[in-house]
Amino acid sequence: MSAAGDTALNARLLQRDASVERWSLLGLASPAILVVMVVMVLPVGWLFYLSFLGDDGQFSLENYNRMIESKAYGRIFWTTFKVSVLTTLICILIGYPLAYFLAQLPSRMANICLLTVLLPFWTSLLVRTYAWLVLLQRKGLLNRWAMDIGLWDEPVKLVHNLNGTLIGMVHIMLPFLVLPLYGSMKAISEDYMKASSNLGAGPVQTFWHVFFPLSLPGLFAGALIVFVLCLGFFVTPAVLGGGRVIMVAMQITTNIELFFNWGAASALGVVLLILTLGILFAASRALRLDNILGGGHG
Amino acid sequence: MLESAGLPITISGVTKTYGAVYALDSFDLAIQQGEFLTLLGPSGSGKTTLLMALAGFLRPDSGSIKFADREIILTPPHKRDVGMVFQNYALFPHMTVAANVGYPLKLRKRPADEIAEKVEAALDTVQLGGYGARRIYQLSGGQRQRVALARAIVFGPRILLMDEPLSALDKQLRERMQIELRHLHERLGMTTVYVTHDQREALTMSDRIAVINHGRLMQLDTPRHIYDRPANRFVADFIGESTFLPLTRSGDEFQFAGTPLHLDQPPTGGGDYMLLVRPERLKVVDGPAPDLNIFAGEITELVFQGDTSLAYVRLAEGTVIAVRASTRAGEAVQDAKVGDRLSFGLSRADSVLVPAEDGEDGA
Repeated sequence: MSAAGDTALNARLLQRDASVERWSLLGLASPAILVVMVVMVLPVGWLFYLSFLGDDGQFSLENYNRMIESKAYGRIFWTTFKVSVLTTLICILIGYPLAYFLAQLPSRMANICLLTVLLPFWTSLLVRTYAWLVLLQRKGLLNRWAMDIGLWDEPVKLVHNLNGTLIGMVHIMLPFLVLPLYGSMKAISEDYMKASSNLGAGPVQTFWHVFFPLSLPGLFAGALIVFVLCLGFFVTPAVLGGGRVIMVAMQITTNIELFFNWGAASALGVVLLILTLGILFAASRALRLDNILGGGHG
Repeated sequence: MLESAGLPITISGVTKTYGAVYALDSFDLAIQQGEFLTLLGPSGSGKTTLLMALAGFLRPDSGSIKFADREIILTPPHKRDVGMVFQNYALFPHMTVAANVGYPLKLRKRPADEIAEKVEAALDTVQLGGYGARRIYQLSGGQRQRVALARAIVFGPRILLMDEPLSALDKQLRERMQIELRHLHERLGMTTVYVTHDQREALTMSDRIAVINHGRLMQLDTPRHIYDRPANRFVADFIGESTFLPLTRSGDEFQFAGTPLHLDQPPTGGGDYMLLVRPERLKVVDGPAPDLNIFAGEITELVFQGDTSLAYVRLAEGTVIAVRASTRAGEAVQDAKVGDRLSFGLSRADSVLVPAEDGEDGA
């Protein structure tokens, strides 16, 4: 066979080789794709469909109209948003110094301390939430201590309200903020701090001019995770809010368990999903913008 | 406008230990005003430790460091007013080129128009005029190096520290930057302390070289003297290629394999000495050469390296010496083959004796 024939044959074989490789890669992903289809795409599609059915089983926008017309729904969305923002902010205030402290430790100490941050992760969410209920209630540990040492005279309402909801949610959410933040802080080279200091910046200036801006991507990532998780959170606000702090996830449960109104519940789920996706999209746009304009913090 | 008279640096008795290891062992060094001094040594020799102590990033156990008459060993880094170029440049990735270079001026609360003017002047100095708006990730390695340099000199420091600044660049760019840095130093006049483990770089750039090993100063001298008159075996071995020939001594006469050596400067101190033979200082001789020290032997290997070639020659008493010869047409070594016997001559001036001990016990 001629050299030209060999070359042509080789080209065909190489092409087939490449396509076999592509298909086998896809094959690796197929179990996951299948699971996502069955447990995620189909149910969400079904929810979407249900949300457009009226009481009579015909197509209708009544589930969405109710959300616009009823003041109660507006209040629920507002509460959800408010609780999520407050939880995220408190997490940042507590979590940033914590992550900073962890990032300064020698790595063995840091690993031990990280373990204590992670430990609650391995305890049941429900157990932790009820533990807070015990600690925070009217005659709970915290109120007794505080009154014993004279911090306040009357028991303070720490639970079954916004206070309790926030305390519980911050506790649950903190690791979600600390872990990505710690990772991004660890990735900041010590040389940047040295350079800043060498150029004349004191420790405080170095922190604000160099360390803080470089830690922002991690902070954004962590805050975004916390905020999005908060939007759909159920157990902790349900137990610690005592029915006074009603978030979207709780209203969905009520609609199904109390009113058997799948349409209304589905519509709420769809709106929550779209809001969450919208926030994620806006945040990713803002983050990309930050990469381009990143000098603004300097 | 960026020129500044350098400050002399006096380092005395600086000691830094890590556990039982002395990174710096009661180190003394006087760096003159405006000179380009290179700290040269193998990794772990203490040269970087010393530079970090000068910059203030490392707290010595004891000793004194003075910039002119000012004791600075307790001064935090941000109050030392020294420029520094880091090995990996440490340019702030979240700032533009101009913001990086303007950073030290901003910290010194200079007015905005002055900052803009000085930043542009500094960028012009490193031939990056007009690059101010670029992001760091848009720059090549050589350009980053220049930005780091501009940032280190923009606030007119009187001392400039450089930690292997060229090690990340490819060979051609590195050699061009060596010349550029040298010119920049001559123009700006600041005292420059340069750390490298690359002996050729040190020889190319420095006014003086401080050779360091195991936290101690092995030799401090001009490049020429360091190369031609190494104070001890470590320096001779670390800088340039070298073969050491064992000598026997009787009084002031030194003999190699029974033949007395012709020497320009016989050592006056006691103890044993070895003859340092630099490969490029040997030349082929045929016929009598009464003023040269002659080494005859058999070629065991020939290596062609382009500009020069290297011949390994086994002498009668067994030592193998290397001979470097130009590849110019007509050079005797070029026509030789393995197994040929040749004689090589070393002039009196090039016949240098170094103490047989390696200098570990103090130079």
